[in-house]
Amino acid sequence: MDELLREFLPIVILTILAGGLGLILMLSAVIIAVRKPDPEKVSAYECGFNAFDDARMKFEVRFYLVSILFIIFDLEVAFLFPWAVAFGEMSMTAFWSMMVFLAVLTIGFAYEWKKGALEWQ
Amino acid sequence: MSLTATLLLSVAVLVALIVAAGIFTWAERRLLGFLQERLGPNRVGPFGFLQWVADTVKLIAKEDAPPAGADVAAFRLAPALAAAPVLAGFGVVAFAPGLVVADLDMGVLFVMGMLALTVWAMVLGAWGSRNRYAMLGGLRAAAQMLAYESFLGLSLMGCVLLAGSFRMGDIVAAQQDGAWFILIQPLGAVLFFIAGIAAAHRLPFDLQESEQDLVAGFMTEYSGMSFALFFLGEYIAVLLVAALFTTLFLGGWAGPILPAPVWFGLKVGAICALFVWLRAALPRPRYDQLIGFAWKVALPLALLNLLVTGWIAVGDAP
Repeated sequence: MDELLREFLPIVILTILAGGLGLILMLSAVIIAVRKPDPEKVSAYECGFNAFDDARMKFEVRFYLVSILFIIFDLEVAFLFPWAVAFGEMSMTAFWSMMVFLAVLTIGFAYEWKKGALEWQ
Repeated sequence: MSLTATLLLSVAVLVALIVAAGIFTWAERRLLGFLQERLGPNRVGPFGFLQWVADTVKLIAKEDAPPAGADVAAFRLAPALAAAPVLAGFGVVAFAPGLVVADLDMGVLFVMGMLALTVWAMVLGAWGSRNRYAMLGGLRAAAQMLAYESFLGLSLMGCVLLAGSFRMGDIVAAQQDGAWFILIQPLGAVLFFIAGIAAAHRLPFDLQESEQDLVAGFMTEYSGMSFALFFLGEYIAVLLVAALFTTLFLGGWAGPILPAPVWFGLKVGAICALFVWLRAALPRPRYDQLIGFAWKVALPLALLNLLVTGWIAVGDAP
């Protein structure tokens, strides 16, 4: 536990400093920058028109589809990472079991493709 | 490393990165000017070198008003979130032997995670702006990141497999015994570079802010310092991708005669120049082409690359 903490402490410090830097820059702008709002200036920009409708509208279901596909393949990648790191000291059984896993996944991928889940149009 | 040394090194890395990003904006504009047969910024300082300082001062002084319907907390938080993760991602990058803030054993994974976090800032800013163009840009950014993130990890897996570690130092060391991984993994290198451009949201893959159809995408309502922070995040992300590419494929800080950090800087600079060159040379794809390429071409190729690498590595093993 102590070892882990010592290894990760520097990165925690850097992350806090980086986040702090972002906040300081934002705050400096709030303090220094001029501020003269008027109703026209703060209205949503829509190429000179008044906004037709609320911006938070319905959107294409395909954006969901991409996220669902991503979950499948990202899980696969997460599963492959430890396999790749331990590759050197691995038995042939481990190698072939991963090949079987990839084959199953490839069949699923081919099915998605055939079904048209990858078409954007 | 003691706590004081860590603090000093962290601050030094942050300052160096911000200056590097500033110089990069100037270098990019000069290089684009050269590629398009015009001059580029040349008034402030010698060869216009101080242009980025002048721009920073101007951007801090600019008015920065959230739009009327905006979610002010999200609108204000997004720019800070755009810059912070990529800055933190540099914590695991080895600039020279031992010159690294935290030499984590999962270094490459950490960098990938931090790169992926930048898309949160875009979606948050887009949602917070309550602007139609911003919203569309945010959606595009999210879908693009998801499509390209899936093979970003796969494309660098070949290097991890050959080096047997995620630690930046180990990957560099593995390349010193043999050849640079770009020679052993050419397909992986090309795929990683493409995914890197998409992950850094650079042209030709910057459809979330493409001017001809979305004004400025998720940045439409941003001005002044908030805009500058998004800008800073984008340039640091390019530097981070270039640093990762250098470490994974170009032998990291290793090189003859010159000291290690100089070699690292030279290699990163060359990759950044390649980014600018591609920006000047290539048109944007359509959005369906962008997503289609990720799923139908790049992902199968990355998988194939990993399988062939594994196959050969197993064959080589006694």
